[in-house]
Formats: sequence, C-alpha cells, structure tokens
Amino acid sequence: MDIFANLLGKLNWHIFPQDTLTRGATVSMGLIVIALFVFITFKKKWKWLWKEWLTSVDPKKIGVMYIVVALIMLVRGGADALLLRAQQATSVGTSHGIMSANTFQQIFSAHGTIMIFFVGMGLMFGLINLVLPLQIGARDVAFPFLNLTSFWLFAAGMILVNLSLGIGDFSAAGWLAYPPLSELQYSPGVGVDYWIWSLQIAGVGSLLSGVNFTATIIKMRAAGMTLMKMPMFVWSVLGCVLLIIFAFPILTVTLALLFLDRTIGTNFFTASGGGNMMMYINLIWAWGHPEVYILILPAFGVFSEVVATFSRKRLFGYTSMVWAIGAITILSFSVWLHHFFTMGAGADVNGFFGIMTMVIAIPTGVKIFNWLATMYRGKISFKTPMFWFLGFVGLFTVGGVAGVVMAIPPADFQLHNSLFLVAHFHTMIVGGVLFGYFAGINYWFPKIFGFKLHEGLGRCAFWCWFVGFLLAFVPLYILGLMGATRRIDHYSPSLGWQPLFIVAGIGAVIIAIGVAFLFLQLVVSIIQRKQNLDKTGDPWNGRTLEWSIPSPAPFYNFAVAPVVNDRDAFWAIKQARKAGDKVEKPKYEDIVVPKNAPASIIIGMFALVFGFGMIWHIWWLSIICFIGLLLTIIVRTTSDDTEYVLEASEVEKIETELRLKRGYA
Amino acid sequence: MTTPYNVATIKTHVPDNDTDSKTILGFWIYIMTDCVLFASLFATYAVLHKNTFDGPSAQQLFSLKYVLTETIVLLTSSFTCGLAILSLRQNHKNKVLFWFSITFILGIVFLALELTDFRHLALQGDSWRRSGFLSSFFALVGTHGLHITVGLIWMLVMLVRVWMVGLSKGNIRRLTLLSIFWHFLDIIWIFIFTIVYLFGALGI
Amino acid sequence: MNKKYRYLVLALLIIVFLFFAATYLHHQNFEVLNPKGPIARQERNLIYVALALSLIVVIPVYTLLIVFSVRYREGNKKAKYSPNLSGNRIAEAIWWIVPTAIIGVLAVIAWNSSHTLDPYRPISSDKQPITIQVVAMDWKWLFIYPQQNIASVNYFEFPKNTPLNFEITSDSVMNSFWIPQLGGQIYAMPGMSTQLHLEATSVGSFRGLSANISGDGFAGMNFVAKSTSETDFNSWVYSVKNTPNQLSYNEYNILDQPSENNPPSFYSTAQNGLYNTVIDKYVGPGGQMSRMSM
Repeated sequence: MDIFANLLGKLNWHIFPQDTLTRGATVSMGLIVIALFVFITFKKKWKWLWKEWLTSVDPKKIGVMYIVVALIMLVRGGADALLLRAQQATSVGTSHGIMSANTFQQIFSAHGTIMIFFVGMGLMFGLINLVLPLQIGARDVAFPFLNLTSFWLFAAGMILVNLSLGIGDFSAAGWLAYPPLSELQYSPGVGVDYWIWSLQIAGVGSLLSGVNFTATIIKMRAAGMTLMKMPMFVWSVLGCVLLIIFAFPILTVTLALLFLDRTIGTNFFTASGGGNMMMYINLIWAWGHPEVYILILPAFGVFSEVVATFSRKRLFGYTSMVWAIGAITILSFSVWLHHFFTMGAGADVNGFFGIMTMVIAIPTGVKIFNWLATMYRGKISFKTPMFWFLGFVGLFTVGGVAGVVMAIPPADFQLHNSLFLVAHFHTMIVGGVLFGYFAGINYWFPKIFGFKLHEGLGRCAFWCWFVGFLLAFVPLYILGLMGATRRIDHYSPSLGWQPLFIVAGIGAVIIAIGVAFLFLQLVVSIIQRKQNLDKTGDPWNGRTLEWSIPSPAPFYNFAVAPVVNDRDAFWAIKQARKAGDKVEKPKYEDIVVPKNAPASIIIGMFALVFGFGMIWHIWWLSIICFIGLLLTIIVRTTSDDTEYVLEASEVEKIETELRLKRGYA
Repeated sequence: MTTPYNVATIKTHVPDNDTDSKTILGFWIYIMTDCVLFASLFATYAVLHKNTFDGPSAQQLFSLKYVLTETIVLLTSSFTCGLAILSLRQNHKNKVLFWFSITFILGIVFLALELTDFRHLALQGDSWRRSGFLSSFFALVGTHGLHITVGLIWMLVMLVRVWMVGLSKGNIRRLTLLSIFWHFLDIIWIFIFTIVYLFGALGI
Repeated sequence: MNKKYRYLVLALLIIVFLFFAATYLHHQNFEVLNPKGPIARQERNLIYVALALSLIVVIPVYTLLIVFSVRYREGNKKAKYSPNLSGNRIAEAIWWIVPTAIIGVLAVIAWNSSHTLDPYRPISSDKQPITIQVVAMDWKWLFIYPQQNIASVNYFEFPKNTPLNFEITSDSVMNSFWIPQLGGQIYAMPGMSTQLHLEATSVGSFRGLSANISGDGFAGMNFVAKSTSETDFNSWVYSVKNTPNQLSYNEYNILDQPSENNPPSFYSTAQNGLYNTVIDKYVGPGGQMSRMSM
C-alpha cells in the first residue's frame, strides 16, 4: 500500500466532491463531455475533427477553437456567478444560504480565474487569430506551429481548472491568491496548486502567442502597409502583445515562486522565515494591471473598426488613436500600486501611483471622443455590433469615472475591496472587454463562416446583457457605498443589504438569458444560413483588407498578395473602382502552406498531465511528461518537413470555384 | 491617388516572408521575455537578499574564487561558441562540430561546478528553506542553471543533427539561434556574478 | 400594441421601479457617504469632488453619444455625410487638453490628500490621543489598550473628539481593518505593524470589519467601534478592569485558535508587550522590513 500511496502522490479516495452542489456540477459537466464524445464517435467525426480542426494550423480555425472554448467557459463562469449571487441573496441572518463559506470562496476564485484567463483571453486570442493576419494582408502568422501550441496550452490550462471541480478542490484564496492565505499553512489542499498550474500552463501559451503576434505584425504586413497605415485593430493588438511580452514573464515567475513555497518549503512570500508577502502583491499586480489592458486594448481595436465601418466614414483622429494606444501601453506598467494603496506604502508612493493612474484616463478619454467624432457626419447603420458599441460607451464611461475616483488614494481607502470596486472592474471588463469581443464576433463572423449572424437575436442578446448588467451592478455600486465588502458569504439582516443583493441576482439571471440568446443566435443563424449568406465577401461595406477576399476566407487567405496604399485599404480600392479603375485579372502564384501539426496537441496533453502530476505530487508522472514534452519539441523543431506548396494553378482553381459558387466574378 | 490591389506601384514597405529573418526576430522577442523573467528574479533577490532570518548572509557564504572559476569557464564557453559561429560562416562542418563540442564540455563543467556548490550549501544546512535570502538565491541562480541545462540539451541535439545532416539551411538558422541563447545566458551570468556574488562579498 | 404605447409602458415601469428603489434607499445607511469623523468626512468629500470633476467629461460624452446616434442614423436623409472627414486639429486638441486639465486638478488633489490623509499621520488635537493595538486573528479582532492595560475582542469603546492611534498587525493571514463611518482602511499583516489615525466627532456605534479575504470565517470578522462621552469611556474602562479574564500569553494562545463569529469579550489586563510579541513571532533578524514596520 505504501508504494501505491507514494505512486499516487496526494491522490486518494477522499478527493471527490463531498457536497451536493459540487457533485451535481461535476456529474452534469461529466455527462456533457461524455455525450459529446459519444456524439462524435457515433457520427464518425473523429478523423474529420482531428484533421480539420484539432491539428490545423490555419489561424482562422485556431481562432474559432479559442472562441468555442471561451464561450463554453463563459457558461461555466456564468454558472459560478449565478451561484455567488444566489448565495449572497439568501445568506442573511439565520440563513446561511446554499453553500458553505469555503465553497463560496472556491466559486468566486474560480469565477474570476475562468472569466479573465479562459473567457477574456480566449475571446481575445480567438479574434486576433481570426482577424489579424487578414487585416495585415498576410497568409498566416509568423510561427503557425507555435500558434497552435499556444492554443493547446490554453486548452490544457482550461481543462485543469475544470478538473478541480471533480478531483480535489479549487483555490479558495481569490483570483490572485494573496499569500499568506495561499501558502501551504493556510491552504493545505490542492486548490491553490490547481490555480497555479492552470494559470502557469495557459500563461506560457499566452506568452508564446505574444511573441508570435509581435513577430507577425512586424514582419508580415502587406506591401505598402507602413506602421501608420495599419488598421486600428492591428495597432491595438500590437499594444496588447507588447504588454504580454513584458507582463507575462512576471506572472510565470510569481506563480513558480508561490509553487516553490508550497512544495519545497522556500520562503519567498511566507509570513515568517524571511519571506515577504508584499512582494507577491507587487509582482502579481505588476503583471495583473497590464493584464487588464491586454484584455481591453484589442476590444478598443474592435470598436475602432466597428464604428468606422458602420458610420461609413474614416476613423476620426487616427494619429491621436495611435498615440493613445502607445500611451496606454506604456503607462499601464506604472500604475500597479493602485491595487493596494491600503498597504501603507507612504504618501509619496501612493500619490505618485494615484496620479499615474489618473493620467492613463486621458488617452482613454481621447479614444472615446474620437469614436464619437467618427459618428459625426456619418451614415450610421445600427447593426448588432453598433449596439454593443453604444452599450460600451455608456457603461465604460461610468466605470472610468469610478476608476478615477478610486485613483485618489484617500478615496480608495474607503472604496478598496468594497463592492464598489467589484462593480467598477465588472463595468470595465463586461462593458469594455466582453462587449467589444461580442461586437467583434458579430462583425467578423461572416468572413469566417460565409453567413451573417441573426440580427434580431443579436439585439435581444445585447439588451439582456445591457439591462441585466445595470440591474446586477448598480446595486453593487450602492452596496459598496453602504460599506459592503467583497467576498462575504454571509451578512446581518440589520444592514438592509438583502433587497439590493436580490436585485443584483435578478440582473445576473437576465445576463444569463443574454448568454442564452447568444447561443440561440448562433444556432438559428446556422439553421437559417441560406438566408444570410454573404455572397460578396463584403457584407458590411468594409474598409480593411479582410473584406476584399471571398467569405468564408479560403485557408490561404489571399490568392494574390495585396498591396496597400491607404489606411482604409479596401475602401480606397472600392472608391478607385467606382471611379473607373478596372480590375485586372489576378496573377496567381505558388503559395507555401504549413502542414497540420499533431505535435501541438501532444505538447498540450503532456503539459496537462505534467501539471496534474505537479498538483498532486505524482512526481514520476510529471517527469515522464516533461521528458515526453522535451522529445516532442526536439522531434518537431528539428524536422524540416513542415510545409507544402500550393501551386498557382491549384489556387486559381479554388478561387474560380469560390467565386462561381458565390455567384460573382 | 489609389490603385487596384493587384498593381504594385508604391512599395514603401515590403513584407518579409523569409523564414530565417522571421525566426531570428521571433527569437529575439523571446529573449526579451526571458530578460523580463530574469529581471523579476533579480528584483526578488534584491528585495529578499537581506532577509537572512538568522541564517548566513551572502558575505558569509560565497567564495569569490570558486565563482570566478565558474565565470571563467562560462565566458570561455561563450568565446568558443563564437568561434563555432565563425566556422559556420566559413561553412566548415568539422570545425563547427569541434567548437560546439568544446562549448558543450565547458557548459557541462560549469553546470557541475554550480551543482557542487548547491549540494555543498544544502548539505551544510543552508538550503532554500533556510531563509528568504537563500530562497531567492537558489531561484535566481537555479533558473540560470536550468537555462544552461536547456542550452546543453539543445546543443547536444544540434551536434547530432549537424553530424548527420550537415550544415543545412535549417541547421544554420538553429545554430545561430543557439549561439544567441548561449551569449544571452553569459550576459545574465555577468549580472548574477556582479549582483549576487560580488555585491554579496562586499556586503552590499 | 403600437410602438409609442409600448415605450410609454416601459418608461412608466422604469419610473415606478426607480421610485421604489429610491424610497427604499432613502432609509438606508450609506456608511461611506455618512461619515462620523473628520477623516471619513474628508475622504467622502474627495469622492464627491472627483465625481463632480468627472462630470465635465461624462456629460459631453453622453450628450454626443445620443445626439450623434439620432442625428447621423442612416435613415436621416437631412444630415450631412462626409465620408472622408478623418480629423480636426482643434477638436482633437480640445479633447486632449480638457481631460488633461481635469486630471491636472485631480492630480494636485490626489497628491495633497495623499499627504494630509496619510493613515500614518497623527491627527492634531488638544486632547491626548488614545493608542489601540489591533491584532487580526482567525477570525476575530483583538484590541489592546496599552495605556489602560485592558483588551477586548470584536468590540471597543473610545471617547469622541479624541484622536485614536491604531497600530495594526495580524497573527494570521492578511486582513484589512476598516470602519467605514470613521475612515479608510489599512492592511493588517503578520510580522508588520501598520498605523491608522481616526477620530469620531459624535457618539454612536460604528460597524467595523475585515475587508480582505482571510479564510472560512472571514465574513464574520465584524466588530463594533463605539464612540462615547469621556465619562462613559472611563466607566467602560473601569467595568472592563473588573472583568475576571486576564489576557496572559497562555490565554492569548487559547484565543488564537481559529474561531468564527466571536461575541464581544473583555480582558481586565493584557500581558505586557503582547503586541510586539505577536509581531516578533514572524520576524527574525532581517525579516519583513519596510516602512510598515517602522
């Protein structure tokens, strides 16, 4: 028995969930996964799935996979949110709600982790993969294999978070796991280790994506596309990936040190032994604050495209916008301390970081005014993406004001860690990030799939999200001002908070209906795709290069490498054609296409099992996986057989067919 | 003012689809992320290096002579690595193999010296558990050692590849990246030598 | 139902909802906005000032958003359409300069208030300040009065209009010490001593809490801070001095065991130097060192 005990690390029979709530969630999640497997097997789709999706290095397909994962995680994180709201709406006085304090803490930790890392980052990388190569007129990213590997590392992290539901438990220390609470002494279970390894693995994936997209933007732009001719989305992604490059290594180190503290007894962040917990808080926010700008910048980029397209106008103040992105990128590294003004760092330090925080509001404000000015003298067509934009400006402005208020250190002393703060960052992340990515999905969907999403259902989704958001978070702003702190699983009835929590709960339910509408929109659009077919490749009268090719975009993106002479490259081409320029017969050329990369999914699997072994202290398993990982990388990187050539005649055949099928010349 | 997309008139920027230059740029970006990683570890060391918690301080622990030996070994390996790249330019396969083998051996010696030092510290009770200072020391120097290990594995793989396939275009690219990586580790070591050992010995 | 009618019903529903909400909220205690001391009052005023200044940006944003959305909608044939309008130096200058000016003002406010409201800055008063040492434990608050040599758990009293010097540490994980109606919070961290200076200008019982997650019993880490008259305070001290329990080091270790939702309890004496002993548990030579511990 002893041997087995050692072989299985910390695993034993008590790891399965003990309470009904978690059990129910585990069982239902397990059933869904099993049903999915059975369905794929029954339909004999495994081979297709493997060849067309799981090992495909086509960034458009990788992007779709990111978004699918992110939307599933949105449901998981959303379910967490509903449980949190249910607990806080019911756990008053003698009633202790529907769960224990520990379960509640695990759920909010999981909610935050999942929503930031696997929903926000997932949607973001999804859209970047879909759009970025198309917008810069490239056929791929700089390193296609690395790109797919990033996705599978992301997926591995996602699977680890969800494994914690059924096997063991999750961290109960909040989404950033401050020590000493997250140290072994106070969190002896495997929860924090799950948190560490899922973020570590997904984080390395994000870091590699950052490297990849930076190289892509620098090296692979179409001929003539100077930096100042790049579409605004590309600029925003450039800001985002530069932040990733500089921020994510800090996360890698921080997580690794916390893991060492918990596993081999080092004293980095321990209360005693010469550790320094304040250093953890500094390090995690030196990553964490840029992280929120990593999430929001591409959303800004989406809005820049959406507003210009649907206002049928050039983007207003392009140069200002570029400078604003640059300023935000740089400044976002100089504000991290505003997350802990209450640590007692001293008036000078607090004052400095408070001012820096406010300064970052200036470029953000400029961006909002530029978007508004883009609408000025436009011809605004109110399609779904535009609704998300209007909702975004409405909410983001309020959130921004709340942010500026909290940037004043002494004001923050009264608002820090209160529900006011919770409402503030949800306004930014839901109203900014999520709304941005939903707009982006609606906007670019036809380019990827060849048909538009259902308009009416899209609006229903928007209104549910918008109204639900107000109902869910305005009460939290109010509660914060009443002195309600975050993360409480129970409170006294005499405080009079319950009605507000109930309203917030109703708001959360309405948001959940909004999520349902998003899925319904997808299903209905697929069923009715014939009616919404995008026959021109340019459904919105677009302005940038991606709209110049057929929809759905062929796997090589551009049959003829484009040349750019204008910021709104495709708009300019259309204008020129209207003015009488003739379209010449394209001269097709050979295209080098990367082959499928099964090595990526293998790396992902090894990383997953490696992480699992580390969490449960099954060292032999981790060692084997690590060696496997190393060998896979060696075999893959020393192979020269990773590409094939698509001949010009073949390209011509595909293009002609595409155009014939779509019925245009 | 504008022209159709398939007529190339103005070429202010030409996309660079050459794999080599893309890969080398990508690798430099990776090196930059690694710099941030080491910067975080240096910062950790800077914060914790006085937190000896009644244990030994840097001044008491480190022998400059020993570290100087390590440093010379690593610097020499960087030099031989440079010679290997010069041979690569001359397309001289055997010379490349020879100089990279020397680099490899020096790397192994460095690693052995470092591990001996670590073992010595651990055995006398001054392991990473002892204090915040020692934790940060082992993390910083250990991470460098880990990088060296990765570099050595990579070098071994490349030695076999070059021996079998010769100086193919792909191999030349990979060897170039490897040499960038190796020199980078050298530079990191200089910082470690200065900040950890030299400042440590001076009691700064 | 025609469209106008539908909008009318919707508007009415919203108004009714807002009316009920307002009526309800009217009777609630907005602790952050309802200060009972000079620190909390100044902090609230900062919130108001920042909000007011922000309106200079917010009002134009909302106005432009609505006006442009209506005026430049596709269906409006009367509106001008300038597809190539891509910038305007004056307009852009305005929205770079105006927010910068507002932030400039706010920056001065932030810098000055960071100093005047620095939690480490003693409150000037002609009254002798009272020192209260606070220890965050799993999951309760211990208050030690070194001058009076008494201690209490989850409850403490103090005279109004008298500056309070809090010295705060933790004998567990990180917590945050917060009395919303008296003023802003500060972290309680093991091995370190942070400071907070507060004062109450009226009598009353104020809610205090931990604002930073600290484990299972976190939600129950509430305490009462009661402001009284000078005489009432003295008689409270006298009554505590007559309680049987004494906070010896042994008694402290018993109290240190994790417990939740502790009712208030009192100790007639406290071990000499207990507060520093608690800090020293974590600090070796060269342990956690920072401004917090100085």
